Amino acid sequence: MTPSIPLSAASVPDPLLSIKDLVVEFSTEDGVVQAVDGVSYDLYPGETLGIVGESGSGKSVSTMSILGLIPQPPGRIVRGEAMFNGTDLLKLSKKALRHVRGNEVALVFQDPMTSLNPVLKIGHQIGEAIRTHHSELKEDAIKERVLDLLRVVGVPNPERRYDQYPHEFSGGMRQRAMIAMAISNSPSLLIADEPTTALDVTIQAQILEVLKKAQDETHAATILITHDLGLIAELADRVVVMYAGKVVELGDVNTIFASPRHPYTVGLMDSLPKIGVDEDWLRPIPGQPPSLINRPPGCPFHPRCFLSQGRAICREDEPPLRPVGDTKHLSACHFAEELEGRTGLVQPVGAEV
Amino acid sequence: MTERSRHTDPDVLAVAPPGTDRAVDGALPADPRELLVDDPGALVYESGLEIEARSQWAYARRRFMRHRLALGSLIVLIGIFVCGIFANVIAPYSYREIPYTDLAGVSVIDVNQVLSPPSTKHLFGTDSAGRDTFSRTLYGIRTSARVGILVGVLSTIIGTIIGGLAGFYGGWIDNLLMRLTDLFLTLPLLAVLLTASKFLGSSTPTKLALLLAALIWTTIARVVRGSFLSLREKEYVEAARAAGSGDVRIMLRHMLPNTIGPIVVAATLTIGVAILLEAVLSFLGFGIEPPTAALGALLNDGQDTGIEQWWLVTFPGLVIVLIVLCINFIGDGLRDALDPTQRRVRA
Amino acid sequence: MLTYILRRVLYSIPVLVATSFLIFTFVSISGDPLGRLRASPNITAERLARIEHSKNLDRPVIVRYGYWVRDAVTNQFGTTLFGNRKIWPDLKRVIGHTLQFILSALIISVIIGVAIGVYSALRQYSLFDYTATTLSFVGFATPVFWLALMLQVLVVQIYLKWDIRVFYTSGLSSVDPGTGFQWLLDRIQHLALPVIALSVLSTAVYSRFMRASMLEVLNSDYVRTARAKGLVERRVIMKHAFRNALIPLVTVVAIDFGAIFAGAIVTETIFTLDGMGYYFINSLQASDPYPVMAWLMVVATMVVTFNLIADVLYGVFDPRIRYD
Repeated sequence: MTPSIPLSAASVPDPLLSIKDLVVEFSTEDGVVQAVDGVSYDLYPGETLGIVGESGSGKSVSTMSILGLIPQPPGRIVRGEAMFNGTDLLKLSKKALRHVRGNEVALVFQDPMTSLNPVLKIGHQIGEAIRTHHSELKEDAIKERVLDLLRVVGVPNPERRYDQYPHEFSGGMRQRAMIAMAISNSPSLLIADEPTTALDVTIQAQILEVLKKAQDETHAATILITHDLGLIAELADRVVVMYAGKVVELGDVNTIFASPRHPYTVGLMDSLPKIGVDEDWLRPIPGQPPSLINRPPGCPFHPRCFLSQGRAICREDEPPLRPVGDTKHLSACHFAEELEGRTGLVQPVGAEV
Repeated sequence: MTERSRHTDPDVLAVAPPGTDRAVDGALPADPRELLVDDPGALVYESGLEIEARSQWAYARRRFMRHRLALGSLIVLIGIFVCGIFANVIAPYSYREIPYTDLAGVSVIDVNQVLSPPSTKHLFGTDSAGRDTFSRTLYGIRTSARVGILVGVLSTIIGTIIGGLAGFYGGWIDNLLMRLTDLFLTLPLLAVLLTASKFLGSSTPTKLALLLAALIWTTIARVVRGSFLSLREKEYVEAARAAGSGDVRIMLRHMLPNTIGPIVVAATLTIGVAILLEAVLSFLGFGIEPPTAALGALLNDGQDTGIEQWWLVTFPGLVIVLIVLCINFIGDGLRDALDPTQRRVRA
Repeated sequence: MLTYILRRVLYSIPVLVATSFLIFTFVSISGDPLGRLRASPNITAERLARIEHSKNLDRPVIVRYGYWVRDAVTNQFGTTLFGNRKIWPDLKRVIGHTLQFILSALIISVIIGVAIGVYSALRQYSLFDYTATTLSFVGFATPVFWLALMLQVLVVQIYLKWDIRVFYTSGLSSVDPGTGFQWLLDRIQHLALPVIALSVLSTAVYSRFMRASMLEVLNSDYVRTARAKGLVERRVIMKHAFRNALIPLVTVVAIDFGAIFAGAIVTETIFTLDGMGYYFINSLQASDPYPVMAWLMVVATMVVTFNLIADVLYGVFDPRIRYD
């Protein structure tokens, strides 16, 4: 297990996961959907990277595709590189990928009710993850480990719960079981795809704590995919903002929240209800997300952008992802500098949670 | 001026979502009602980037046309039915025509033409009395088409009304109706049909169609009931009711249009089932009686005559298979076209 | 679990009672059993009245229902209207034969249907899938009786042309079927064609259903989780997908039972098998209401029992509904 490395260390460590220029498309009845269009980001050991975006922004697809979890008829990885611990995941054989999944890289999904097999016992399902990658272990050893894991994630009475079925668990407990399953083989990378979206608000806070504890136990790097900015504020070290299959902004969580440099990010921040500010109306971003089929040139966000004001370059040239101010803060906007001095959410709402 | 009426009409209230206008960062219009723009997508049209919305029918029609098998089946089926309807024009011989020949001045049945295998003169061969099987098959098609369509229409009407009432009102009405249909289900449909046919009589196509319709409507009723039950919980129904719409209006204007898809599919498949049942009943001797032509009766005659004369049994049966096959393909195409929840991703 | 079974059994009883009443009234009211006799010039009016009285036909429906139920329970369904033949011994004999027939067809249909359906789902859009889909559509469109006839035609043509008797085309057994294994072989040779004819439709139904069920399950979140855990694909399919996809098949088979019975009626008539279907047709053609009612009652009981077994099996396979 890699000890967590503080980001302020003088020597920047090598990234654990490095995605470069990933392009994933899906063939549908209406045409070819460019779900992920040239996405690049890095993940360092022990850190939590938050990926934020609307539905359809490509945030889930970018992580699922590198693990071979998207259906490969309709879907297709056109090009790209995903270096994980020195190997390109996209070039691995199916067999090799299987060794990585659930072992070095683990996933936690959104809806624990449908993500657990209803006809198998919970204990058995968690144990399955262990058994697959450690076939040399004996049954009782596996059971012991499962009970241990259940205790770590905070499931009371693990001996009894071991023999129960998913429908006998509550929503929060099911998600705990999913997390237990994910950390069962001490992964170095944990991917949590909307882990709290399907849960009640009160339970969300609990699961947040469980996630933090899981990170502490395994020292795993985490990719947190969500549209909930509060969650990002609470857990993430760095943030990637995605829109229409592209990365539009990338940076440190404090920087992003304090001084966002992309109009989409600004829009996201603005649309949050703010405590202590007197507002009559909510301010969503006007318009609809674009169609991902046959994209015209230019910036994908420009039809909804308040900064663009109809300037030609927004319509014609796709803005590259470039540093703004700080080398670690990137934005894909022609006029990112014009947002300077504009503050976003200095005090993220979620921090109160 | 029309703002108020637009937003109190029950049908619109439930459907139109409010949009917002945000021309300049931070500025809010003085009158908040200006924010309720009719068309939220109106702000974004020129760029060509937004997702194109299509009307439901255009989508359905497009999908059906792309289902080549269904389209082909439709053409074939129409062809077959037309042949049947115009049987008296097309058929080379009449249904009962028995070939006579002259034997020493006396008119007797021409034995040479009896039981002859398929030839250019008799496309499907002849039976034990020398009757042309092809012509008889054509007349049989006409009967089948008649029964099928009649049953389709009747059972759809009955099924929609009963299923709709059950699904819409729920409660004891639903319980009662469902228990009744369940009782019917404990017995195989064919057994009940045979019994009813024997004891009530079903010798003419119309009578048979009525009998069939009286027992087949349960499938369509189930479909409509299921749909209405789930639609009942939708918000726009509640909104319509809150605005004072009567029950019938809600059912006809809100629920029925949304159920038309599944009804059409179920009705199409019912026609196929009806034709098959008519064939079985006629074959077993319990359905349509001569002199009316029936494909099932032809097969019965064929079996009686003897299995060696294979053409008597093969062709009328093939026609039945072809008709029902086409109907099923059409039904499948309709289901693809009209069911919005089906995803069909082509590789 | 036991209480669940008991509760279902208790629920079935009023259903059967209601069904029996429905059967009785329907059959008695819809036709005049003595109609033929009435039309015959040989019977005098007083003779007719005596027959009516002896068969209790001059009493109101409820009373006649009572007599019928009494006969059914105590006197083994009594005797036929014409000919005074005891009903139950005949019925019992034919039930046995039909069960042999139906159960063989059912088992074969399930095994083949599930195999085809699952493989079609795993190789979606492949040549196998398209062929299987087309064949199942043809299967749906083919009337069982026509298929039976065609099989007969085929076998007869083979016999005529090449003098080989592949299977028998009629009857349950040969005149002297022998004993033990020879008897079994003889029976199989006689039942082969009818079973094939009966299985085709059910196989088509089950294969389409399994394909759809399997496809749905393969797209489910828990299968995605299984893959994310790094399980071998074969395990994912067999242990996670297949097990779940199979559960609703139980209901489909239960519902299909009625169709299988209907097919049996027709097939037995064509192949002149001494079974329930043949018995039913003959009784109907004779316009004899009592064996018809007895038959309907037996079938209703069989269907209800079969559904009960299916419900229990469903509870066994799916832990979510065990403590219903």
